[in-house]
Amino acid sequence: MNVLSDNFAMFREGFVGTVELTVLSALLALVVGILIAAFRVSPVPALRIFGSTWVTLLLNTPLVLLFLAVTLGLPALGLKGWDSFWLAVMALGSYTSAFVCEAIRSGINAVPVGQAEAARSIGMTFNQTLGQIVLPQATRTAVPPLGSLMIALAKNTTIASSFNVTELGSVQKTLNADSGYNIFVIFLWIAICYVVITFAISGLFRLLENRLAVAR
Amino acid sequence: MSEVSVTDAAAAAAAPPDALVVLNSVNKHFGALHVLQDIDLTIARGEVVVVIGPSGSGKSTLCRTINRLETTDSGSITIDGRPLPQEGKELARLRADVGMVFQSFNLFAHKTVLENVTLGQVKVRRTDRKAAEKKARDLLDRVGVGAQADKYPAQLSGGQQQRVAIARALAMEPKLMLFDEPTSALDPEMINEVLEVMQQLARDGMTMVVVTHEMGFARSAANRVVFMADGRIVEEARPDQFFSNPRSDRAKDFLSKILHH
Repeated sequence: MNVLSDNFAMFREGFVGTVELTVLSALLALVVGILIAAFRVSPVPALRIFGSTWVTLLLNTPLVLLFLAVTLGLPALGLKGWDSFWLAVMALGSYTSAFVCEAIRSGINAVPVGQAEAARSIGMTFNQTLGQIVLPQATRTAVPPLGSLMIALAKNTTIASSFNVTELGSVQKTLNADSGYNIFVIFLWIAICYVVITFAISGLFRLLENRLAVAR
Repeated sequence: MSEVSVTDAAAAAAAPPDALVVLNSVNKHFGALHVLQDIDLTIARGEVVVVIGPSGSGKSTLCRTINRLETTDSGSITIDGRPLPQEGKELARLRADVGMVFQSFNLFAHKTVLENVTLGQVKVRRTDRKAAEKKARDLLDRVGVGAQADKYPAQLSGGQQQRVAIARALAMEPKLMLFDEPTSALDPEMINEVLEVMQQLARDGMTMVVVTHEMGFARSAANRVVFMADGRIVEEARPDQFFSNPRSDRAKDFLSKILHH
């Protein structure tokens, strides 16, 4: 009785589900996180207020609660027709974006003020200064915490199983209910799947860190 | 303390037609500190003005207000007849015309020397890359660091970095160059290579505002010395006048401390 070979299709579907959920949420989190970080250092007060409100709200909301708010709240507010997968991406992505924003912002703060002053002194606009000078240098500092955040995100995806999304967590629940299999063996295979994903992420970020370290 | 207005000051008040920069009763506070107090200063096209004074006198702040890296509390600043714009695109456009050289060089650390000098041309002036690179290499040759074009700033000595910073500012073809203590962070043996570039620039007719402690440069290159203390312009004079015969007690005291030891 080999759980993995008996249910390989189910495992594969769960694995792919977790990977998709992680990658898409990560993309959303990075895009929104960088945008909100830009808001938080912008000279426009309204953007700064929006940025800090966004971060404060999401940092301090438990993820399960945020899932509830998104999966039940958004349809109730009239956003219908989104399937549970995309709602999960929205919940995970916006949750993680707040953490991404703070990692990026600490990177921005680590860039000496003189760099931005020099950029402004040759006539670069705020967007050019941020995009050409500050963010590329901030990335070097922000990469290690971003790697940790992406690993946390990969593990957080399992919460989506409670909200009707097919991923590794839901595979485990289904197989447990199926009885007949040793629960510990199921856990072991699920754990190995997660390890593959999280090691891949940390490897990717170590590569990125090394690349950025020599580019100077 | 006696405040002495100079013959130049009368002319400055009238804002001559060739005035490039005009500061009119500019005030600025850092919290309780009144760092600039009713500053009136007119800089003519082609003039080299050296600002000296004890530390904390507001001379760096004065220099930085001219391209609005520091905001002011009151008073007006006009450059080439136009008042200094508020934040935004207008201000960015103006800054492109005002070169600035910093004490700590501030070269873009993640870009090569060549990229440092082309970036502003390409992104701000919209020059095409080929032409920008040609101009950058010419400028780097002119300041004597042409051989370093493909290195990163951290691989250069302080003196070389500062000369690259001058080339970066010149690449924008500024109407005016601001130097904020350009040699204060340099080893003594590297100061001259930077000063020589600045003297050449002065001879070529660039309008320059130079905050410095290099009295030799003030003597040889300046058209006018502005002496500041405690947020005020205490004395303005031609360098030979100022160094041989300072009129204010504060300047006499300052000079006696730095010229004899």
